[in-house]
Amino acid sequence: METGLPHYLIVSALLFSLGLLGVIARRSLLVMYMSLELMLNAANLALVAFSRFNQNLNGQVMVFFIITVAAAEVAVGLALIVALFRKRQTSHVEDLASLKL
Amino acid sequence: MPQFTDLLFYAFAGLTLLFGFLCVANPLSRNPVTSAMFLVLTIISMAGLFVLLHAFFLAAVQILVYAGAVMVLFLFVIMLLDLKEEDRRKLNKTAVGLGSLAVLGLAGVLVRAMLAAKPVIAAGSKPVEGSTKELGRILFESYLLPFEILSILLLVAMVGVILLSKKELK
Amino acid sequence: MDAHATQQVAEAGSKYQDLAWMVLASPLICGAGSWFLSRRLRGLTAGFNIAGVLLSLVLGVILFGISGDHPLAATAFHWLPIPGLDLTIGLQIDRLSSLMALVVTAVASLVMIYSTGYMHDDRSYSRFFCTLSLFVFSMLGIVLADNLMMIFVFWELVGVSSYLLIGFWHERPAAGDAAKKAFLSNRLGDFGFLLGILIVWAATGTLNLAELSAKFGANPSILGSMASIAGLLVFMGAMGKSAQFPLHVWLPDAMEGPTPVSALIHAATMVAAGVYMLCRVFFLYTAPGAWPAPLDFLGGLGAGTIIGYIGGFTALLAALIAVQQNDIKRILAYSTLSQLGYMVMAVGLGAQLGTPASGMYHLVTHAFFKAMLFLGAGSVIHACHHEQDIWKMGGLWKKMPKTFWTFVIGTAALAGLPPFSGFYSKDEVLVTALEVNPVLFVIAVLVAILTTFYMVRLVVVAFLGEARSESASHAHESPTVMTWPLLILAVPSVALAWLPLGEFIGSALGGHGHGHGAAHTAVEKYPVGILPLIENLSNGVNGALFGPFNHNALAAMMGLFAVLIGSSLAWTCYGKASSDPLPKTLGGWARLLKGRFYFDEIYSGVFVPLHDFAGAVADWIDRWIIAGLGIRGLHGSVELVGRALRLVQSGNLQTYTFLFAAGLAVVAWFTLR
Repeated sequence: METGLPHYLIVSALLFSLGLLGVIARRSLLVMYMSLELMLNAANLALVAFSRFNQNLNGQVMVFFIITVAAAEVAVGLALIVALFRKRQTSHVEDLASLKL
Repeated sequence: MPQFTDLLFYAFAGLTLLFGFLCVANPLSRNPVTSAMFLVLTIISMAGLFVLLHAFFLAAVQILVYAGAVMVLFLFVIMLLDLKEEDRRKLNKTAVGLGSLAVLGLAGVLVRAMLAAKPVIAAGSKPVEGSTKELGRILFESYLLPFEILSILLLVAMVGVILLSKKELK
Repeated sequence: MDAHATQQVAEAGSKYQDLAWMVLASPLICGAGSWFLSRRLRGLTAGFNIAGVLLSLVLGVILFGISGDHPLAATAFHWLPIPGLDLTIGLQIDRLSSLMALVVTAVASLVMIYSTGYMHDDRSYSRFFCTLSLFVFSMLGIVLADNLMMIFVFWELVGVSSYLLIGFWHERPAAGDAAKKAFLSNRLGDFGFLLGILIVWAATGTLNLAELSAKFGANPSILGSMASIAGLLVFMGAMGKSAQFPLHVWLPDAMEGPTPVSALIHAATMVAAGVYMLCRVFFLYTAPGAWPAPLDFLGGLGAGTIIGYIGGFTALLAALIAVQQNDIKRILAYSTLSQLGYMVMAVGLGAQLGTPASGMYHLVTHAFFKAMLFLGAGSVIHACHHEQDIWKMGGLWKKMPKTFWTFVIGTAALAGLPPFSGFYSKDEVLVTALEVNPVLFVIAVLVAILTTFYMVRLVVVAFLGEARSESASHAHESPTVMTWPLLILAVPSVALAWLPLGEFIGSALGGHGHGHGAAHTAVEKYPVGILPLIENLSNGVNGALFGPFNHNALAAMMGLFAVLIGSSLAWTCYGKASSDPLPKTLGGWARLLKGRFYFDEIYSGVFVPLHDFAGAVADWIDRWIIAGLGIRGLHGSVELVGRALRLVQSGNLQTYTFLFAAGLAVVAWFTLR
């Protein structure tokens, strides 16, 4: 069977689900953060596939932007984690339940 | 008869999912460093998928920015925080079970929708070629303003990170 | 009538309208306006308020002069146009209302002028005058209103402003209690009043006085079996305001207010409101009495007859109590009660004659001489440094001659000595009673004897003899600003009845007043108005002066006889007395009278526990049924749900993510299916 758009989209969906699983199941803030990156990459893959099969380069430009924003986001996010760790001496989500009243 | 590119697709797709799984839920190790290394591998195999989609420039950026810069940043922070703690903690079985269930449900729904979908592709048109030259032209013609705004965003992120990393927040 | 004439009448009507609204509004505007003046500008505040009422008086005189045979309606706007009930704010200017407005504003302006002297040293001088203006405004609203609902609204306003005035010295607990008592007693009556209004509305579909009058004229039994009940319920309002038994208890306590307030309340405004209102809705009482099925045994007993008995009883009761009071203001208060009983009795009995004129007549004359008596009492109290016990006065006649002589004139008028005005109006009341109900006539004569007795006692003890206390011996005449109103009021007290006033009121009320003598025939010949009034003055004076003896000699002789008996009795008892001899001779009876028949004690012994019981039941229901089951049940279930939902809010990031993913799966399932 010739590979088409659905194939790439299925890979993208599965990768996205794996990322989501990581966010739900893993306890370390850092690993959760990596899982988020995975989800972002899944979206990128879908965009590139759409771009390819829609005869339109806008999707690739979008991915380019996403990668740039993700880089910035990772920098800020990691800085936040470091600051949090410095304050609480933990990067474990279960210890960070101050949202609860 | 499957073409060579199809074989490559299956290979890269399989690798991507396998490494992604190992990154997220490695049954052998829960060390963040292992996760990070598998994430790098996932990203590299995904770059392969990008190449298959003729997005060569993005494939290069993916490896340079993600596998290079971002993952180094991750590893750097892991080293800085000396994270071993998660290994010592028990897995929350119900959380993992329920999480897997929800995620499986979602994945099932999505995959089912993809399989049932009949993508409409204009007849007779060839898939677009993502050459770097073409991409650059669009980027600096149609998307010039967003591009410039992005540079400001990076600047802001930089300032923010510096502020956050200072010892005393005032 | 041709078109031109119609237009003329309409134009004249619109002028009247503005005038009438001005009469009503000027006390309110001046009172409210002066509220914004600084508290230090005392004189200006007082002047402003007095000017407002005086303006109202002047305009009232004009209105009185031009009010003709036809009532003028001034409807300004529709207040609540509900289908089936169109509540309007409008005025009805006829002879009755313009006369009453005149009485109110005349007495009020004199009282206000007097107050500038009496209240001179009071801290809340400005507040006093503003509240007085509000009071006058409310009273004028009742007088001029053209529909029952508006009367009711202003009725309540009078209640509120009287509350403010009686409790004026609110730092004294007694004043606060008296104010509350007055307000609550009035509210009790007003409740019945409102019910009565609703019955009238339900039966006739209108609240406008003119329309109601026309409807009742066409069909006197329009209320059907509710006629007597409606009449009595409306009378309940008058019972509260005019302090009739059993709601009379507030009035003596209202003496806690400043004396000018007592003068105003007791003479021309609040207590007069009840009697005036009865005259205004008199068509309710001329209707034949009828009762709903369970009360059939009462037969054709009209509300008027019951009202007459209540009035007579109140008159006798209050007169008896007044005999043994020692507080100068309380004596006058009970005398007011007694005279109000007279008026109410006359109005109630008038139902069978078809006119309440005699009651209204007595109301007008009484307004002037009772205001004068109260102001005189205020003058005495002022002079004796707020000493109110008459046994601690004495010998004042030399020191304050103006007050003394005006007080004597007032006493003569109240006792009913010819040729003072009180004699003529009281005679009308006696004639009414004699013609309708001999039992009440006897009571009325008895009350007249008692009235003379206690008034002469008051004058003899307070003014004659020797000074019996330090403050009385140092008393001196009050300032001019306080004596002038007394002197001015003395004129109508003496001479008001020399005018053909009784006939005027008779014609104003539409019935056949039984005036007497020359004045009567003269008025029948000429249309009544201010000019014919002056034309007829020479005839009228003669006719009015000796009218009573020509018309109904028995009643007139009995009235005169009552004065003689009462005054001679009082003179024998108190002429040389330095303390009250009655307690010794009467024993327990005197104590009963002095204790005011222990009405307050009976009320607090019977009604307070009943009220407390009802309150306890209501409290239990409120606490356990409404708050317990209703409110707390509701809040409990809400809180339970809230607690359940709070479990979801673990604060754990990953729980949220999980819920998010599950939700996403569900949404995706529905959208991508």
